[in-house]
Amino acid sequence: MAAPPPADEPGRLARYGVGGIFLLPAVVILGVWILYPTVYTLIRSFFSASGSQWVWLDNYKTLFTTSALLTAIKNNVIWVLVVPAFVTSIGLVFAVLTERVPFAVAFKTAVFLPMAISAFATGITWRIMYLQDPSQGAVNALGRVAVDAVKSPGVLPDASPSTPTLTGSPATGLVLKTPLHAGGVARLGLTAIAPTDVPKTSKQAVAPVAKPGEIVGVVWRDFKPGGGVAGKVEQGELGLPGVTVQLRSGGKTVQSTSSNADGTFAFTNVKPGTYQSAIGASTFNKPWGGFAWLGTKLITPALLIAYIWIWAGFAMVVISAGLAAMPRDVLEAARTDGGTEWQVFRRVTIPLLWPVLTVVLVTMFINVLKVFDLVITLAPGSSQNAANVIALAMWRTSFGGANDFGVGSAIAVFLFLLVVPILALNIRNFKRDAI
Amino acid sequence: MKRHSLAIAALVVISALALTACGSSKKAASTASTTQTTSSSANVAGSIIFDGVWTGAEAAAFQAVINGFHTQYPKVTVKYKPVGDNLPTVLSTAVAGGRPPDMADIAQPGLIQQFVDKGALKPIEYARSAIAANFAPAWLKLGTYDGKLYGVVFKASNKSLVWYNAHAFKAAGVTPPASWTQLLADAKTLKSSGVPAYSIGGSDGWTLTDLFENIYLRQAGLAKYQALSAHKIKWTDPSVTAALKTMGQVIGDAGNLAGGTSGAVQTDFPTSVNNVFQNPPKAAMVFEGDFVPGSATVKAKAGTDYGVFPFPSIGGSAPAVEVAGDSLVAFRDTPAIQAFVKYLATPQAAELWAKRGGFATGNHSVPASTYPDAISRSNASAVSKATSIVFDMSDQQPGSFGATVGQGEWGIFQTFLRNPSNVSGVQQQLETSATAAYKKGK
Repeated sequence: MAAPPPADEPGRLARYGVGGIFLLPAVVILGVWILYPTVYTLIRSFFSASGSQWVWLDNYKTLFTTSALLTAIKNNVIWVLVVPAFVTSIGLVFAVLTERVPFAVAFKTAVFLPMAISAFATGITWRIMYLQDPSQGAVNALGRVAVDAVKSPGVLPDASPSTPTLTGSPATGLVLKTPLHAGGVARLGLTAIAPTDVPKTSKQAVAPVAKPGEIVGVVWRDFKPGGGVAGKVEQGELGLPGVTVQLRSGGKTVQSTSSNADGTFAFTNVKPGTYQSAIGASTFNKPWGGFAWLGTKLITPALLIAYIWIWAGFAMVVISAGLAAMPRDVLEAARTDGGTEWQVFRRVTIPLLWPVLTVVLVTMFINVLKVFDLVITLAPGSSQNAANVIALAMWRTSFGGANDFGVGSAIAVFLFLLVVPILALNIRNFKRDAI
Repeated sequence: MKRHSLAIAALVVISALALTACGSSKKAASTASTTQTTSSSANVAGSIIFDGVWTGAEAAAFQAVINGFHTQYPKVTVKYKPVGDNLPTVLSTAVAGGRPPDMADIAQPGLIQQFVDKGALKPIEYARSAIAANFAPAWLKLGTYDGKLYGVVFKASNKSLVWYNAHAFKAAGVTPPASWTQLLADAKTLKSSGVPAYSIGGSDGWTLTDLFENIYLRQAGLAKYQALSAHKIKWTDPSVTAALKTMGQVIGDAGNLAGGTSGAVQTDFPTSVNNVFQNPPKAAMVFEGDFVPGSATVKAKAGTDYGVFPFPSIGGSAPAVEVAGDSLVAFRDTPAIQAFVKYLATPQAAELWAKRGGFATGNHSVPASTYPDAISRSNASAVSKATSIVFDMSDQQPGSFGATVGQGEWGIFQTFLRNPSNVSGVQQQLETSATAAYKKGK
């Protein structure tokens, strides 16, 4: 009974026949969708864009000499260096910490939730959150709350002088060039103020009448439909109430007042001497404009943050499972021997968890090498060159308008070659685990 | 348990495969069985598989056109497949695999040229007289490749338009400008009124190439435009320098752009439209074609909230229209296909779509009263009456130069938007990129 039955002809046929039938579906599926495309891609990578000409290694030469493709390779290197390390360490920290908190399940669910959203939807969501205008993008909105708390925005952030007699810049305040004396009149005309930004209490601007011993003036929206005459208070032009107007002498502010509904203001009891009239810089404080997360400079960091946000939950769950399976007695023993929590974590937990951490790291390496969907959805067209990664470059070259299947195939082969060593490592690990 | 379910799944997939294989071979058989020898419409029989870029409401409109054909040719079935924007890829792979559809509508003249070079398309000379009866000669020229007629533009869109916010124009006291100098003066007035003049959808590179092309068409003229489209003159040509400088008058002052320069680079096309169509607007004007109102997601009424004017003349240039058009092409030649192509050149076919709106055609036999509203009527009549008509330049160029996100023309014009003073550098980049793309195309 111990020895296998002799391999007589009908038995072997039946055995192989049945085996073959059961294998057939898998072989067909793998052949049609894996093997044939792989081999064809390899062959195609030696042909020209139209597929009519054998071009030897020209496509590979293009791959390593085109700057857009080199950027993709460079970016992939950044991805590989940053993402697996961050995802694994954040996942590890979360996994260890959630072991000690009472609401662990809720916390884990929240961290894992991004995994349940398609990367496509994630890309679009983050793209909206990253919008530069703080009134639209959530990330910059947080920044604006912080920045504006320190420096509050002025009432007329976009205004600019209507005539060259007003000098200076919105950052230092606008100063009327013409010197003033008691009995003088100051006309401070401003433009580029949207009708909706004019305060509701505003009334028709009034040209001030000079009074002895006073310096009077008007600050108004020097614009009426068609433009009007710059520097002249005209019918249809509105006064700007609530603007802080200063009277300066020798560079110092001696008096300060606020304009009325019709834009007029007056400085009384003006002593003899030369003065200048100015609108303080605080009036023009611009609200914080936000970071250009989606611009060419910040797009890769922005993508990395979103990607780590997606995958940290995955790492946490896998590592949690590893922690749960870890023999507690070893930890207890280490603590009994007088090890601090940090020492236990560093010398016992991590070495014991190492096989699990490798699985996470390797999975992330492979995922990161083929990252595509997040980049194409999150990065706007104008930043896609800067955000390019190998898989996206492959798609853009093959289908993004150029329709160059030659170079596209070469990129695919290159990407495949990059994944192979990691894949081999993974298979070796699996085999070792199996034994 | 798991293995069993896997095997079952595999079997299901295999049988599904077998079924689809049967389905497609049946389809192929019916395509081939088109009868060959008939002349009167009632006797022409066969089936046509038509792959198209139109989806949704546009697909429904084209189906109405097909139904009109069906009443005339009851024995011909036309099966329209709404492929969508991936059509160039789908067709390229289908042609490479030797199984193209019978007909298709292609928006990129460059792709048609590619198919003509490969011998994948059949000329439609049989429809020449039918087309000549309803279209201006310029349209026949647009459909001619290597001396033969291969396509006819069924649905055109007018890309020489500027859309504006009526409230912003009223508040600033400006009226639609007819000349470039007036446009620049109006932009200044609009800026003083507190509304940036232009909304630029710079994140989508094609909006920038369209702006450049409209300027170039008016400034350098028709002949130069066609020469540059075919790369017969270089991008370093002085005429390009002049056009880029003119373009700089629009994008050069960040205060004239909604969101400034950095905002313009990141704004996609639909947002650039909303910037102008919303109330209060973020900008007063947006340059783009007749499809602009369809891209707005904010509520705005034609006439009261927004209006449109033709791209202004530069230096007294005569009116000229840049169009983008979906050209009908045929991959096979059967009596059924011939009948369908000829039918599509008739005003009856165009009217069926025109009355539904969102349609313009070079077919001058379509009465203006067919169009549903004043704006589509004026846009469409500009297309059908124009004598100077050119195709979108970037659509005519090799895809790697004229139609790839972030690369070639689209990418380089985005660099130009970021730094509009670098005219000569941009010209150099364009020339290098164009040379590489044209070399590769061969």
